[in-house]
Amino acid sequence: MDLLNALVALANFVIVPAVAYGSQLALGALGVTLIYGILRFSNFAHGDTMAFGAMIAVLVTWGLQAAGVSFGPLPTALLALPFAILGCIILVLVTDKLVYRFYREQKAKPVILVIVSMGVMFIMNGLVRFIIGPDDQRFSDGARFIVSAREFKAMTGLREGLAIKTSQGITVIVAVVAVVLLFWFLNKTRTGKSMRAYSDNEDLALLSGINPERVVMITWIIVAALATTAGVLYGLDKSFKPFVYFQLLLPIFASAIVGGLGNPLGAIAGGFIIAFSEVTITYAWKKVLTYLAPENLEPSGLVQFLSTDYKFAVSFAILLIVLLFKPTGLFKGKAV
Amino acid sequence: MTDSVKNTLLFVVVGGLILLTGFTQSWNSAILILNMGLISAIMSIGVNLQWGFAGLFNVGVMGFVALGGLAVVLVSTPPTPGAWSSGGYGVILALLLGAATVVSAVIVAQKLPKGRVQTLTIVGILLVGFFVYRGIFDPNVSAIEAIDPAVAGNIGGLNLPVLLAWPAGGLLAAGAAWLIGKTALGLRSDYLAIATLGIAEIIIAVMKNEDWLARGVKNVYGIPRPSPVVGYEVELQKDPAFLARAEWFGLDPVTASTLSVKLGYSLLFFIVLLVLLWMAQMALKSPWGRMMRAIRDNEVAAEAMGKDVTRRHLQIFVLGSAICGIAGAMMTTLDGQLTPGTYNPLRFTFLVWVMVIVGGSGNNFGAVLGAFLIWFLWVQVEPIGLWLMNVITTGMPDGSALKDHLINSAAHMRLFTMGLILLIVLRFSPRGLIPEK
Repeated sequence: MDLLNALVALANFVIVPAVAYGSQLALGALGVTLIYGILRFSNFAHGDTMAFGAMIAVLVTWGLQAAGVSFGPLPTALLALPFAILGCIILVLVTDKLVYRFYREQKAKPVILVIVSMGVMFIMNGLVRFIIGPDDQRFSDGARFIVSAREFKAMTGLREGLAIKTSQGITVIVAVVAVVLLFWFLNKTRTGKSMRAYSDNEDLALLSGINPERVVMITWIIVAALATTAGVLYGLDKSFKPFVYFQLLLPIFASAIVGGLGNPLGAIAGGFIIAFSEVTITYAWKKVLTYLAPENLEPSGLVQFLSTDYKFAVSFAILLIVLLFKPTGLFKGKAV
Repeated sequence: MTDSVKNTLLFVVVGGLILLTGFTQSWNSAILILNMGLISAIMSIGVNLQWGFAGLFNVGVMGFVALGGLAVVLVSTPPTPGAWSSGGYGVILALLLGAATVVSAVIVAQKLPKGRVQTLTIVGILLVGFFVYRGIFDPNVSAIEAIDPAVAGNIGGLNLPVLLAWPAGGLLAAGAAWLIGKTALGLRSDYLAIATLGIAEIIIAVMKNEDWLARGVKNVYGIPRPSPVVGYEVELQKDPAFLARAEWFGLDPVTASTLSVKLGYSLLFFIVLLVLLWMAQMALKSPWGRMMRAIRDNEVAAEAMGKDVTRRHLQIFVLGSAICGIAGAMMTTLDGQLTPGTYNPLRFTFLVWVMVIVGGSGNNFGAVLGAFLIWFLWVQVEPIGLWLMNVITTGMPDGSALKDHLINSAAHMRLFTMGLILLIVLRFSPRGLIPEK
């Protein structure tokens, strides 16, 4: 019984939140990794792209709510998602045309593009703050829980409850759908194959008649869709605050690099690695250990390795370890 | 028009803008812009050293600036009575043990042959070390934080003159930079960027959460001023000699005393800026500077000539970060308080980058000019934005939601404008206002 209770507590406080967070990071990291693979630079504006997409979703959600439209038990934001993706696609395509294309034609060094993306980051950040303001915005509605802790306790008779928020369930489902679509696209369609060819060997791809501008455009569209989805899911799960998205840049980059920059599979694995380590290291293990430890040997402290404020330190430490020992990432990435 | 005439003109223009602020707004805000401009110029010199001379992409400026601020508290504030005896030595011991754990793990990683034994030993050392460290660290920290938590609860400083804290800030930042450089330099440029970005966030997180060190988000107030150059307003207003001088300038005592305090800071900052600028210029012209630029332009060729690229990179990374640390210490001294919650990467890292790139990377004078110009704009874009919004919305009816929203959001024009300036300069004048020779 104690073992079961411990498992449930573990699932409730560690596994469920980490899976949801990991899915959000994985979607974000996929965007970073695709940009790196095709356009060959680290996009510092990615967090703010996510914020921009999520902002449109928030605004459309508010509009739908005001119009009395709802999605039953599901959050209205899911209905707003296609509009948000569309808005974000327009933004990144305009940005690419006005900003990035010039440097691509010049064949500028990647580090210059990184600095350019810093400028884009400023502009997007300013836009988001200008339109919706820097404060916390709530936009989730619908049922709060799929399984609430009390229901679970009544159902199983255990002392520990297991709560699964609707947002967490949706996050995982949407993330799985998005990833399946992406991999189907990359592996089965002609355009997807041309993207991979371009990423693997630019010159060879150009020789075989692949239109680079088209590849770049499709990449941006996919990245905008992924970033918006990640942003909306994160906003539903936690809350929408522009600055938080900027700060997500670090765990997202950590995920992409740990998995191997330029490798989509690695980005997903990296997202979950970072999420699980952040949650396990900042979780207070007292509860779980109390169930497992024999009597009189229960831990006296919280058994928390690091306070939650240091979660950046966790993703960073993992990043450094991987970079030092396996610079191309766990899955073979492009970067050396 | 020769280059030197053009460059002088640019400086005159920026100086004129600040003077204009003085005439049209107030001299207090003009000198405030000047003071922060001086500090920003020092940060720019630091970043320019790393990026312009050596091509190192450091986006952790905020962390080094914050460390400089921390040094001010640790050096110049009075020690908290009883903090050292109740827990200070214990904390130091715990930190030393923690460092020893990491060092021994690194040694094992280097010395033992690769394999399962090595991995297990490293994990074992780290686990044991961690628990020993926490075992000693936690009780001592609670002991320190229990001392008078409303006003202290931290270990306090050394009660030394605050001017000593400036080089100390540089040293602290240099130490951190050495540690970071040892691990992260030699990675690709974007990885170094991510690594420094992360380090800066971690430094801020530590400063926010380790209350025993500098009170965390409870902030430290009342940092002593570098007297006698910078006095205190209240004392100046009682000083008959000062009152007579204020009278002679035709200023009322309150304005005169605030101006005098701020000008005192300006003088000190100006001296530091001149010294650092002179040093940076000397470094640029020296064989060392030429070597750095050679490494920047072609690492492989420089390495073939027998230059130790990684070591030179480490050297310049430490130097540049130290300069950022000095600037950070100066800024905390100017503020008179340390507020870890206000450090924001957009303001303290990326804005400095805008300064360097707009001014002209690789040119020290460019970096200084860019710092003054961008800081001026950073301050003035807000009122200009408000004015612009008022002009745009004049046609709209009063009380309409759009008008209110536009006017209220004018404050956020800053980031947008900075991004725009950066992109425009990068596109049309990528070498900056005063390009590298």
